[in-house]
Amino acid sequence: MAIFDYAPAPESRDIARLRPSYQIFVDGAFRDGSGEAVKTINPADEAPLAEVAEAGPSDVDDAIKAARRAADPWAALPGKDRGKYLFRIARAIQERGRELAVLESLDNGKPIRESRDVDIPTAAAHFFYYAGWADKLGYAGFGPSPRPIGVAGQIIPWNFPLLMAAWKIAPALACGNTVVLKPAETTPLTALVLAEIIAEADLPRGVVNVLAGGPAIGQALVEHDGVDKIAFTGSTDVGKTIQRTLAGTSKRLSLELGGKAANIVFDDAPLDQAVEGIVNGIFFNQGQVCCAGSRLLVQESIADELIDALKRRLSTLRVGDPLDKNTDVGAINSAAQLARIRELSDSGEAEGATRWSPPCELPDRGYWFAPTVFTGVSQANRIAREEIFGPVLSVLTFRTPDEAIEKANNTPYGLSAGVWTEKGSRILSMANRLRAGVVWANTFNRFDPASPFGGYKESGFGREGGRHGLEAYLDH
Amino acid sequence: MTTDRTTDRTTDRLAVRKTYKLYVGGAFPRSESGRSYPVSSSKDELLAHAAQASRKDLRDAVTAARKAFPGWAAATAYNRGQVLYRVAEMLEGRREQFAAEVSAAEGGSAKSALTLVDEAIDRWVYYAGWADKYAQVAGGTNPVAGPYFNFSLPEPTGVVGIVAPQDSSLLGLVSVLAPALTTGNTVVVLAAETRPLPAVSLTEVLATSDLPGGVLNLLTGRVAELAPWLASHRDVNAIDLTGIDAPDRAPLQIAAADNVKRVFVPRSTNWSDDPGITRLDAFVETKTVWHPIGV
Repeated sequence: MAIFDYAPAPESRDIARLRPSYQIFVDGAFRDGSGEAVKTINPADEAPLAEVAEAGPSDVDDAIKAARRAADPWAALPGKDRGKYLFRIARAIQERGRELAVLESLDNGKPIRESRDVDIPTAAAHFFYYAGWADKLGYAGFGPSPRPIGVAGQIIPWNFPLLMAAWKIAPALACGNTVVLKPAETTPLTALVLAEIIAEADLPRGVVNVLAGGPAIGQALVEHDGVDKIAFTGSTDVGKTIQRTLAGTSKRLSLELGGKAANIVFDDAPLDQAVEGIVNGIFFNQGQVCCAGSRLLVQESIADELIDALKRRLSTLRVGDPLDKNTDVGAINSAAQLARIRELSDSGEAEGATRWSPPCELPDRGYWFAPTVFTGVSQANRIAREEIFGPVLSVLTFRTPDEAIEKANNTPYGLSAGVWTEKGSRILSMANRLRAGVVWANTFNRFDPASPFGGYKESGFGREGGRHGLEAYLDH
Repeated sequence: MTTDRTTDRTTDRLAVRKTYKLYVGGAFPRSESGRSYPVSSSKDELLAHAAQASRKDLRDAVTAARKAFPGWAAATAYNRGQVLYRVAEMLEGRREQFAAEVSAAEGGSAKSALTLVDEAIDRWVYYAGWADKYAQVAGGTNPVAGPYFNFSLPEPTGVVGIVAPQDSSLLGLVSVLAPALTTGNTVVVLAAETRPLPAVSLTEVLATSDLPGGVLNLLTGRVAELAPWLASHRDVNAIDLTGIDAPDRAPLQIAAADNVKRVFVPRSTNWSDDPGITRLDAFVETKTVWHPIGV
């Protein structure tokens, strides 16, 4: 039911200044890693983008030693100077924002509209925010002169590559730590360009090290005696493995793990706004978001009306070329992720839920999955319990606020939740009773450097963003 | 030494001895296992046979703590402060009894035991006063770049398992219990293995202090037997390993990862130090709420 025809409006891929090969960044210098040279591919067409000389175990050792050498001088630097370096990084990200946005969309598959309007500006804002903290740490509520922890090993996922790098590096550096960052294997490029920005900002060598590589490099980082702290964003399974690995050591740990957020719509909610919020909640970044609103809990009396409106809206979503400025839903990041989404979606059908997708043509090449809605979902179904990390929405119904709370909290996760109602007292009551680290009321998927983000229960511990985000990097 | 095991010197009256039981869900059961173990004073005199809790007792205690959690977490901070202050009031009237029990358990002079009891009472008062202030210190509004009202507030983590310090039978115990309760958690605590009697008497105070049943549950017994079940229990959200020696912590931390428990390992166990807010911070979650601003 296309109301308008769209002409393609693609952003030029030349803007990304893609190079044939990228190197890891250790002790202030770029070099080929001692691991394998791996091709990173464009998930939208499976074409290789560039070759990345991945790190090997000896690079992990070198990077940690470099970070260790840099730690004391960096911590001893006046806070205002650490802040100035971070301000430089923030500004450089803004200056090269368009380049980074195109590169991010190429490497990750996300729509250019999102990388341009969310990922890159929010990453710059994150550096800008924490830059200002560097000389004000004594006012943060962690004692009059809080000290850094030391060397932080940071492992980030592929869903928001540059933004997650910013979430990790900015607070760590502001607090006087040095870092070894490992971006995800399928999305190393923007983190390596960030390393270039950091080098150009003249940060002292060793303060930031960036190691491209796979899980073995992450594991080597976690196990290395030279790190004082591990910060990990990724799956709950890997988070648990890291927590076990650090048992008996004095290493600090913060974890931002999976989610299965409930997005709860009451019968008095403004339906059009709720539909927009539901769409944003589960189809933003192809649903590859740990805080995605993947379980829609709708009050029974409006379920039919809401689902009809939702289906109408989904029929207008444009799925396709991530570089097209009209695109709403881009490519899935990898073949492995696509396989997982397919497997879980198939289980939804097998377990008796009703599957629906809008009519949409998917490109022949690349990793694509049409926006999908399951109705008639039971709480026992895998699609209601397991994190799908894809554009798949499971719809359940409820009758009373108590039932909504019961269902929303019936999960080992507790990262985020949404509430849609016009009744203020109900919003506050629901916000109180939802066991989740972020509650979006009459909105969804909002992020800000000043706003603490992180989970309850098996969604992890520690917060990123805001004053609270400093705690994970201070020895207090 | 303690009055309950001797005849009263002034009247030659035969004392009524106390049975030291578990405290689970607001009741004082014996161990379902029927087991007990002898508890001796610092001078190696038999003081009592304490209940030796089993895995089943531990699971019952967790169930009771989970059941009590929504009510205690939702109680107003003012109300929690009042209840915790009431504990201090009840303790104050029983200073002599606790001094005698602490002295029997830990040795030392009657005077030094009384000092420890007084510090323990003052610690309840300290934390009781935090109940309705902590959220203002730990939370606040966040100035986000958009038309949204955004605030963060601390909420209790849930059911917290605590291995109490093995040395300090009352002051140390209170120092680990009170902060977890102040922020709205419910607790299952393993008492000091060889010095459990002051802890049991403390539960008798709690039972008469308006603390709802199940908010605090106390088990006495073998720490090495019970701690692994506490660390691996899927309905326990956090664990405090204060009473576990450093070399023995790793297996418990590994078990705790099964449900991503928050694990607290203390830096200081000098219980007479200013406790600060470290232990209040240990068992809270930060919740952030967004709402659009519009007309």
